[in-house]
Amino acid sequence: MDRFVFLFSAGLARGAVLALFALSLVIVWRAARVVNFAQAALAVAAVYAAFAVTAATGSYSAGLAAGLASGALLGALAERGLMRRLGANAPLPGIIVAIGLVMVVQAGLAIGFGPEHRPMHPPFSQRPFVIGGVPVLSPYDLFTLIAAGVVMGGLALLFNRSSLGLQMRAAAFAPETARLLGVRVSRMVTLGWTLAVAAASLAALLLVPNELGLNPHAADLLFVNAFAVAVIGGLDSPAGALIAGIGVGLLGSLVTGYVSASASPLAVLALLTLVLLVRPGGLFAAKEARTA
Amino acid sequence: MTALACHDLTVGYGDGAPVIDGLTLELGQGDVVALLGANGAGKTTLLRALTGLVPTRSGRVELGGRELARLSTEERVRRGLALVPEGRSVVVELTVDENLRLGGLWRHKHKARKAAVEEMYALFEPLARRRDAAGHTLSGGERQMLALARALLARPDVLLLDEPSLGLAPQVTAQLLGVLRESAARTGLTVLLAEQNVTSALSVAARGVVLSLGSVVADRSAPELAADPALRHAYLGF
Repeated sequence: MDRFVFLFSAGLARGAVLALFALSLVIVWRAARVVNFAQAALAVAAVYAAFAVTAATGSYSAGLAAGLASGALLGALAERGLMRRLGANAPLPGIIVAIGLVMVVQAGLAIGFGPEHRPMHPPFSQRPFVIGGVPVLSPYDLFTLIAAGVVMGGLALLFNRSSLGLQMRAAAFAPETARLLGVRVSRMVTLGWTLAVAAASLAALLLVPNELGLNPHAADLLFVNAFAVAVIGGLDSPAGALIAGIGVGLLGSLVTGYVSASASPLAVLALLTLVLLVRPGGLFAAKEARTA
Repeated sequence: MTALACHDLTVGYGDGAPVIDGLTLELGQGDVVALLGANGAGKTTLLRALTGLVPTRSGRVELGGRELARLSTEERVRRGLALVPEGRSVVVELTVDENLRLGGLWRHKHKARKAAVEEMYALFEPLARRRDAAGHTLSGGERQMLALARALLARPDVLLLDEPSLGLAPQVTAQLLGVLRESAARTGLTVLLAEQNVTSALSVAARGVVLSLGSVVADRSAPELAADPALRHAYLGF
């Protein structure tokens, strides 16, 4: 039981990061109908900015703010500078350009900062709290959960309660109709990328201290898992990203603990395969529309 | 005063022959004009070109005397031009209420927007009963009602309507056109109504313009048009 509690709480924190990254993929998908394969590379570039600012100032929060700001900026630049110039109707150019961007960004980071793993220190202890003799979440896990939760809650409020969010949703679902209602659709797409890459940067920033350290490939595995999460949840569904993210985080943690660490990616793949067989659109795919 | 005008407008797709060919048309403030013509006459293309959804090859489009050529669709809308496109232009993923609010976002501030939405619910009673229903659960008639309400909510100066009667029962069509006629009379709204359903269109409009192969072949008062069997046979097919 002790082991279960520990694995469960570790899985929650891991799941929150996965959910946040998957949500960022969902936001770009909804805004531009493109899977942004460069999301991890852009996020890691933002983490480097955070790392540099923290190293220079000694303040974690200054680094955090710099990381989020550079993530937002990189998202806007990627959309305005590259993605916008591609034909809107074919998905393939977007994917190829994004993969090219990954190579450029990762090579650029390796040239600029070196390929080695740089240890990144978390702002809180990673030693778990012990409650009644059972180790549970560490303070840093708690911080991760709260930070990811606050950002996801904020994004949910933005999308569902604000006029801006209403315009973003309309622009995503029906661009032409939205334009006919005076919505400046191209700004909404840029804003979607801005928010998404900022959210992805936060996810990467929260993840890196738990891993080997910062290097240009630090978020590659996070991207792969979060992509699986987004597909399991249904690429169009923010709620799906949240629930599937927590689910996959727990699954990975429990399989690692009870079976072996090497079985954990297989378990995620098995879940992905099962979901695609049973519900090809993902667990929370949009329901069928009335056509009569 | 001229509310909407186009001069020598030519529109086409790809390298093909022009769909709208040197068309000139003027709508006075408060006019309700029916745009008639068989399939392929260019009605939809004209409306889409006026709103900037289809690029024009040459010619000018003016709204209230101001040239629109360089403006994007959303900027034209924000200057008072509205289009209810053919078929189902409701954002089906949003609720009825969200669709309506979306229509008024650029026009009204928060409180005024609420009042404007309530006004539309009073005008279209079936929508009031379904305000929290998702767009994809609405019937064809309800969707067309919502699309019209959403356009009226923004208080446009000129409203372009593309086949509002498409696929609807005569009773629903009559109800929609009744609301349109009443709103136009009350607010001085200028309307260009593209329709295949000539009888209902001419019952609302004071003037009718007949298009054929992208050009105006007749531009007369509604009663005159309705009473001209030769014209009806030649261009409208009944």
